[in-house]
This record gives sequence, structure tokens and C-alpha cells, in this order.
Amino acid sequence: MNSDGPHWDGGGPERLYVITGGRSGSSAKTTLDLVTLIVARSAPRPGMQPEQAAIVRICQRPLSVAEISAHLSLPVSVVTVLLSDLIADNRVFSRPPVPPAKLPDIALIEAVIDGLQKL
Amino acid sequence: MDFRSSESPGSVEAAGPRSEDVLPETAAAAVKVVIVGGFGVGKTTLVGSVSEIRPLTTEETMTQAGVGVDDTAGVERKSTTTVAMDFGRISINDELVLYLFGTPGQERFWFLWRGLFEGALGAVVLVDTRRLEVSFDVIGRLEERSVPFVVAVNSFPDAPSYPLDELRGALDLPASVPIVECDARLRTSSRDVLMALMRYLQGLAVATTEAS
Ligand SMILES: Nc1nc2c(ncn2[C@@H]2O[C@H](COP(=O)(O)OP(=O)(O)O)[C@@H](O)[C@H]2O)c(=O)[nH]1
Ligand SMILES: [Mg+2]
Repeated sequence: MNSDGPHWDGGGPERLYVITGGRSGSSAKTTLDLVTLIVARSAPRPGMQPEQAAIVRICQRPLSVAEISAHLSLPVSVVTVLLSDLIADNRVFSRPPVPPAKLPDIALIEAVIDGLQKL
Repeated sequence: MDFRSSESPGSVEAAGPRSEDVLPETAAAAVKVVIVGGFGVGKTTLVGSVSEIRPLTTEETMTQAGVGVDDTAGVERKSTTTVAMDFGRISINDELVLYLFGTPGQERFWFLWRGLFEGALGAVVLVDTRRLEVSFDVIGRLEERSVPFVVAVNSFPDAPSYPLDELRGALDLPASVPIVECDARLRTSSRDVLMALMRYLQGLAVATTEAS
């Protein structure tokens, strides 16, 4: 990382490094799936890191990790690090997807069939 | 890499979802289906035709150690490649949301999105009959990972048309795996592909329940 301070203009790895504080966030992020739904607990607070404030702002209603990544133009790997901190700080909470161990689940599949029929 | 945001520190101008794209507060859980296939096979088209939101893109960066070594600094060069994945969304009901991810056929890209297939209901292998060979690998990988899938043959006007049982033979597909024709540009046709996958999964779920 450059000692002059953050390079916010760039889109390169340096920017991502700055946003995550250089962490890979390997601990908590394993519990976050691409389709884990994230919901903010409150409005963004002044002084929050810009990316985290943006997440809190767009997650006033449930939004998947993948959608947050797309709306922020940040890789999922970076978003999960930011989210881990936000969860630890009680700024947002997560609604996990249906756990793999429960699949295939007949009731779930039938619900999806009903939903698709209405398309 | 090409990041759209280049704002000053202090604000990140993510617009977020349009007001009509906002999920209800009751959205409790999501499931995913992965659309796999070679470049240009119609993944983005299929996702876009059934999605309730305009398809979104998420990007990951793949870093590879470069072949060359920087002579002056003695630092190994690294090359980065940005790989994009398109996805869309279908609200199944007030509580359940289905996400569709379109991912390239090459397995090395799948690892960029950790857990892409983990917990997925299943997959759709999109096949272009002009380039059948691309699909062999994909089908093999899905079988290895025990990801249930159906095969959808996209009908391009200049593509050779084979009877489906001939294609089944060419792709070495077990008789149990459904194979359907589709036009990814049509909402109903794409919906029917997803429906074929769900009917197949329904059969598997019933079989699993009866076996236990
Ligand atoms: N005729 C025909 N063209 C299609 C179909 N699906 C996709 N295409 C076209 O094929 C091109 C590549 O599709 P795209 O969805 O971008 O492929 P991807 O690389 O797999 O995401 C686009 O120009 C589509 O309009 C189809 O079912 N029939
Ligand atoms: Mg595409």
C-alpha cells in the first residue's frame, strides 16, 4: 500500500486493499453466501467508511450479497469483508439462504414451481 | 480493471436498486440456480428474459503470477484478469427469492465466486449445437460435484439441429437427465427451462424422501 494515503481514484487492487484495510476477512465471510440477504438495522451514521455507509443505505430493504456487489461495483470478496464488519458492529443483519443440507426440499421446490407458473 | 466509481473519499454513489426493484421486508430467504455454458451461448439472454430486474453484473479479479520477472526490481509480475458474472432475480413469493447466475463454462472461473454451486438448487447447462465440445467438460464437472442439472439446447438459426436423443448420445447424458430445447430470448421459453429443472428436482426430492 502506498504510504501517501489511499488512492481512491484507482480501481486497481490498491483500492480494494484500502477498502478492506488489507484484510482478507477469511473468518466471518465464510457464512455469507452470494444470496445471503442483508438488511440494515438503521440509517448510515456520519463518519462511517464510505463503502460501508453505501451498503447500509442500499440495504434499508433486503438485498443479496451479489446485488450489493453489483450496485457498489466491488467484488463479492471485498463486499463480504465489509459486511463482516457491519454485522459485527450490529449495523446490518443477515438472512441466510436455505442451507445446502436441507436440499432438495420438496416443499421448497414446489413453492418455486408455483412461483414460476405465475411468471 | 474498470471500476465505475471514482468518487472522492467520503461518498460512494451507489444508486442501489430502483424503487420498483426493492424486495419486500418479508423476503426471508433466497435460493439460487446457476446457468452454465460457453461464451455466447445465451446465458445473459436467458437470465435477462426471466429476471424481474435488469440483469446485474458482479466481477471478481483473478490474479496469476506472470511469466516474466521484472529485471530491474526483481519483483515477480502478476497479471490480473477480471471475470464477470451476470445474474437476475425472480421473486417466488413474499418470502422466497430465486437468483439466477450465469457463469462461464470453465471451471477455473467457478472458484472466483466461492460457494457458487454450494447450496444451489441445481444448474442449467446451456448448449450451442455449433460448439458441443464446450459442454462435455461442464457436464463432467457438475456430475463430479453432484450438482443436479438439466440441459437446454439454445436454438440458433444457423446451428445444426439434431434430434434430442442423438444429442443425448453425443453428450453422453444419462437417460434420467432432462434435455429441452429453448429460445433464451423468450421469457416463456426460458421459464420452461427453469420449470424443467424444478420438475426434475421435484422427482429427485421425492426419490430421496422415499429412500430414507
Ligand atoms: N437465435 C437466438 N439467438 C440467441 C439466443 N440466445 C442468445 N442469442 C443471441 O446470442 C448472442 C449471445 O448471447 P449472450 O446471452 O450474450 O451469451 P452469453 O455469453 O452466454 O451470456 C446474443 O446476441 C443473443 O441475442 C437464442 O435462443 N436464439
Ligand atoms: Mg454473458
